[in-house]
Amino acid sequence: MPHLGINEITFLAQGLKWTLFLTAIGFCGGIVFGLLVALGRVAQNRALRMAAAGWIAVFQGTPLLMQLFVVFFGLPLLGVNVSAWLAVAIALTAHASAFLGEIWRGAIQAIPKGQSEASHALGLHYRSRMFDIILPQALKISLPATVGFLVQLLKGTSLAAIVGFIELTRAGQIVSNQTYQPLFVFGLVGVLYFMMCWPLSYWGRRMETRLSQDPR
Amino acid sequence: MDDILIRMEHVEKWYGGFHALKDVNLTVRRGEKIVLCGPSGSGKSTLIRCINHLETIKSGRITVDGTALTDSPQAVDMVRREVGMCFQQFNLFPHKTVLENCMLAPMRVRKLTREAAEATARKYLDRVRIGNQADKYPAQLSGGQQQRVAIARALCMEPKAMLFDEPTSALDPEMVKEVLDTMIGLAHDGMTMICVTHEMGFARQVADRVIFMAEGEIIEEGEPNAFFRNPRHERTRAFLGEILAHH
Ligand SMILES: Nc1ncnc2c1ncn2[C@@H]1O[C@H](COP(=O)(O)OP(=O)(O)O)[C@@H](O)[C@H]1O
Ligand SMILES: [Mg+2]
Repeated sequence: MPHLGINEITFLAQGLKWTLFLTAIGFCGGIVFGLLVALGRVAQNRALRMAAAGWIAVFQGTPLLMQLFVVFFGLPLLGVNVSAWLAVAIALTAHASAFLGEIWRGAIQAIPKGQSEASHALGLHYRSRMFDIILPQALKISLPATVGFLVQLLKGTSLAAIVGFIELTRAGQIVSNQTYQPLFVFGLVGVLYFMMCWPLSYWGRRMETRLSQDPR
Repeated sequence: MDDILIRMEHVEKWYGGFHALKDVNLTVRRGEKIVLCGPSGSGKSTLIRCINHLETIKSGRITVDGTALTDSPQAVDMVRREVGMCFQQFNLFPHKTVLENCMLAPMRVRKLTREAAEATARKYLDRVRIGNQADKYPAQLSGGQQQRVAIARALCMEPKAMLFDEPTSALDPEMVKEVLDTMIGLAHDGMTMICVTHEMGFARQVADRVIFMAEGEIIEEGEPNAFFRNPRHERTRAFLGEILAHH
C-alpha cells in the first residue's frame, strides 16, 4: 500500500503553492502587458503595430523553456542580476502577454466596424471608444480562448523547474526519488494538475456555449 | 448668425485609385431637410460620411456651423458634437442597455453628470416613443425600435444637424413607418437633416430639396414636386422609374 509521510505531503503542497503562484504572476502580468500588446497591434501608428507584431512573433515562435533560459541566464550577462523568481515572473509575463495580446487582437478586430464608427460619430475619443465600447465586447468573446490559455500557462509553469524552482512537478520528482514510489507520486501530481485544469477547461467550454447562445 | 449650417465646396474623395466624389458642392441652410438619392455605389454614404469626418477628403472644403472641417482633432471634435448620425445597421452598443447607449456620449463628450445624462436620455427616448424599453438590451428590441433608439442616442448630444444613411433599408417593411414617422416628427421640430433614402413618400412629405447622385457626382437637385414631376436628366428619370416601379 503506497503511502506518503507528512513531510512529503507538505513538500508537495509547497510545490503546488508555487505552481499556483507562478500561474497567477504570469497571468496577471500577461493581462496588463497583453492588453498593451493588443492595443499596439491595432494602433494607428505603424511603428507600434510592427513592434507589437514582432513581440508576438518572438514569444509565440520560441519555446517557453528557451524564454526562461534567456531571461535567467541572459539578463545577468547584460549586468542585470535577477533572482530566480523574478526571472521566471518576467519570462512568464512576457510569454503570456504575447499569447493574450494575439488572442485579444483577434477579438478586437472581430468587433463589427459599425461599433467604432458609431463611437466616432458620437464624438467619443480613443479611451472611451476602447474601454467603453470595443474592449468589453472583445474581452467577452475572447473569454473562452483566454481561459484556454490560462490552462496552458498553468501547465507551462512546470518548466520553471529548470531554473531551480521547486514547483509541483519538480516537487513530485524529488518526493518520488526519496520514496521510490514514482507511479503513485506522479499519479498524485497528475491528479492535482487535472483538478486545477479540468474545471477551468470545463468553465471555458461552458462559457463558449453560453456566448454562442447569448444574443447580446 | 450664418444661415448656412453645412457647406461643401469642390469636395473630391478618392478610395485609393477610385474617384468616389467628384467636385461635390452642397450648401445646407439651418432647418433645411435634404433627401439624397441615387443608385447603389453612387457615393451617397461617402458624401454624408465626409461631413462628420468618418471619411477624409482629398481636396475641397467642408464647413459646419462656421468651423472648417480640417484633420485637426479640435475641428473634428467640434463637428461631431454638432452633427448626429444614424446608420443603416443601427450600430447600437449591444453590451449596453438602451438607456446606457443614450447616456454614454453626453457623459463622455459633453461632460454631463450621470443624472443630467439620464434625464436627457429619458427625454429623447420618450420622444421617439420608446421610453418604456429603457432598461432592455438592443438585441431584445425589434429593428424598428433599435433604429429609434439610435435616433434618440444621436439626439441626446443635442446636435444641430442629423445625417441619416438609409435608416430604413435594413428594416422589415412593417417597421419602416415607425422610423419614418419619427424622422418626420424630427423634421417638423426644425432639425436640419440630410437623409440618404429611397423612401420617396418621405421625400415628398418633408424634403425641401431632393438631390440625385450618380457615379460620385451630384447630377440634379430640386424641390421635390418639380424633381419628381419632371426630372431634367435622363439618368434621374431612369432611376426614378426604377425605384417608383418597386414601390
Ligand atoms: N472604404 C472603401 N474603400 C474602397 N472603396 C469604397 C469604400 N467605401 C466605398 N467605396 C466605393 O465607393 C463607391 C461609393 O460608395 P458609397 O458611398 O457607399 O455608395 P452609396 O452609399 O451611394 O451606395 C462605391 O463604388 C464603393 O464601392
Ligand atoms: Mg450607402
